[in-house]
Amino acid sequence: MKLLKNLLASPAFALGMGLFVLTLLTSLLGPRLLHVDVNTRVGLAYLPPSSSHWLGTDHMGLDMVSLLIAGLRSSLYVGFLAGTVATTVGTLIGLYGGYKGGLIDDVLTAATNLFLVIPSLIVLILLSASIENGRSLTLIALIIGCTTWTWSARAVRAQAASLRNRDHVALARINGYGTFGIVFLHIMPYLLSYIFMVFILQMATGILAEASLSMLGLGPYDSVSLGKILNEAKTNEALTDGAWWAFAPAMVLITMIVFSLYIINTSLEGVFNPRLRK
Amino acid sequence: MLTNHPTIKHIARRAGWYVVTFLVAVTINFTLPRLGEANPVDTIMSRVSAGLDAASAQAKEEAYLKEFNLVEVDAVGRVKHDARGRPVRTSLGQQFINYLGMTLRGDLGSSILQHPKRVSEIIKTALPWTLALQLPTIVFGWLIGNTLGALAAYKRGVFDRVLYPLALLTSAVPAFCFGMLLVYVLGIRLEWFPAVGGYDDGLTPEVSWAFFQSASYYYVLPFLSVFLIVVGGQAIGMRSMCIYELGTDYVKYAKLLGIKESKILLYMFRNAMLPQLTGLALALGTMVGGALVTEMIFSYPGLGMAILTAIQGSDYPLITGCTLLVTVCVLVANFSVDVLVGFLDPRVRATQAHK
Repeated sequence: MKLLKNLLASPAFALGMGLFVLTLLTSLLGPRLLHVDVNTRVGLAYLPPSSSHWLGTDHMGLDMVSLLIAGLRSSLYVGFLAGTVATTVGTLIGLYGGYKGGLIDDVLTAATNLFLVIPSLIVLILLSASIENGRSLTLIALIIGCTTWTWSARAVRAQAASLRNRDHVALARINGYGTFGIVFLHIMPYLLSYIFMVFILQMATGILAEASLSMLGLGPYDSVSLGKILNEAKTNEALTDGAWWAFAPAMVLITMIVFSLYIINTSLEGVFNPRLRK
Repeated sequence: MLTNHPTIKHIARRAGWYVVTFLVAVTINFTLPRLGEANPVDTIMSRVSAGLDAASAQAKEEAYLKEFNLVEVDAVGRVKHDARGRPVRTSLGQQFINYLGMTLRGDLGSSILQHPKRVSEIIKTALPWTLALQLPTIVFGWLIGNTLGALAAYKRGVFDRVLYPLALLTSAVPAFCFGMLLVYVLGIRLEWFPAVGGYDDGLTPEVSWAFFQSASYYYVLPFLSVFLIVVGGQAIGMRSMCIYELGTDYVKYAKLLGIKESKILLYMFRNAMLPQLTGLALALGTMVGGALVTEMIFSYPGLGMAILTAIQGSDYPLITGCTLLVTVCVLVANFSVDVLVGFLDPRVRATQAHK
């Protein structure tokens, strides 16, 4: 409770959380409140905003509001899925290596560092380019999750290693807890706030990675995403035609999500880390 | 003995590690594109086979199969055939050994889309553009970002309260969003700067005043789009590093001793700088990768555009050539940091000596 009070007292957290909840609500309630249809042409290409189509139409004559809501849903979905995969993989590897130490730790750290220096966007490009058919949104999210876990593994490992020599861990070991018991019951609870922060950043990374891939033309074939809207606008001359409504709202949405996640992260850091508190 | 010097031992150990990483990266580069169905020869054949009779089509196909190292070749360079007259395909393992050998010799094969142009040739014309765009941008952005971040941490107050959210915002705006915004507002609406391309249409790349003038005019927007984001990101990192250093015991102790403020700042700056130095090298390493989207938006004639056209045309040799180059850049940057930090950081020096 005190934690929540501390959190809400920070204006940055309130702003970030407010923005994020707003995008979340839009993506959840949008399809219920508005008529979302991304397959029917409702008019000519690049119709400017009007009362019937609040944000005009895209190059195919599809309703932009529908596209944006669908795109927002996909981007958030990718963020959650990729963030969950990356955080889970990274946390497990980091906790296990950090607690175990010795050879296992050396091997896991070496593997982590190895994949940390090989740029994940490159692996993403190679993978996405090779699976031309069947590049679904879920698959892209999973691939992103599997290529971006490295720095969370490194961060969690450092934290877990600092806990392994604590007295309560030694006590648990004396009482006969196995490795998994100690890792999950006696080390992870201390790192939960940290892992949550990692998850927030991993989500932002996932959303950005998907948008970058879509911008490069390696987006999902089965869904609209915010990155894909931007890619379509760019390739179909929305910029030169002055059709700002075809790309500006998508840009604002992506920036808003990422910005809100960033400031949630930094404000959490301020609350969890007493050193940064005033 | 010099060879037993801890720093040299440290560097040698790191170098060995990076060789292993390089081999893994080459393996990934080899394996991932082969997961898909597409075969470079099929792609080319579908383009050139129209209007050819069966015999000449097969001869052509075999020539291509040979060029992409997909078939066994005998001692005089002829394609081997099996009993039914089909060319003998090279096994995947043998293909990998060939690929590794070629890569180590710096031979990246030939492009499919721009056949028979060599991949290394395409990269050679594209790379200078990418370097010219990214290198100054990142170095200047890093310098200015760090100065601003250190100032914000030290001064706090209004300066910090304005700079910090601003830096947070610029670092959160994805590079491609910012780039598109610049293209639209400054390039197309206000027509202050050319929106896309690297130089005027009528010119060819050469060392002349006219070309330089045109290129630097086209340079402004891509430069800005990367620069502001680098400044924001670095300022945030430096600010939190400095705030951390301000709270450490040695700074408190130095203050209690009554050491001059400027001197304490110098101590602090040195400690806070090291992680930021790592950040610079990482940024330099990833710049080619980060350039992809920026160059795509500005249609800038660098490596990013090369990789983009390669992706659109499933030009695998060109894709893997570019990705390998990016990976090598990252590895070299990381290695340089390891070496540099080994020399600069007394803490790392101490652990080396103990090992």
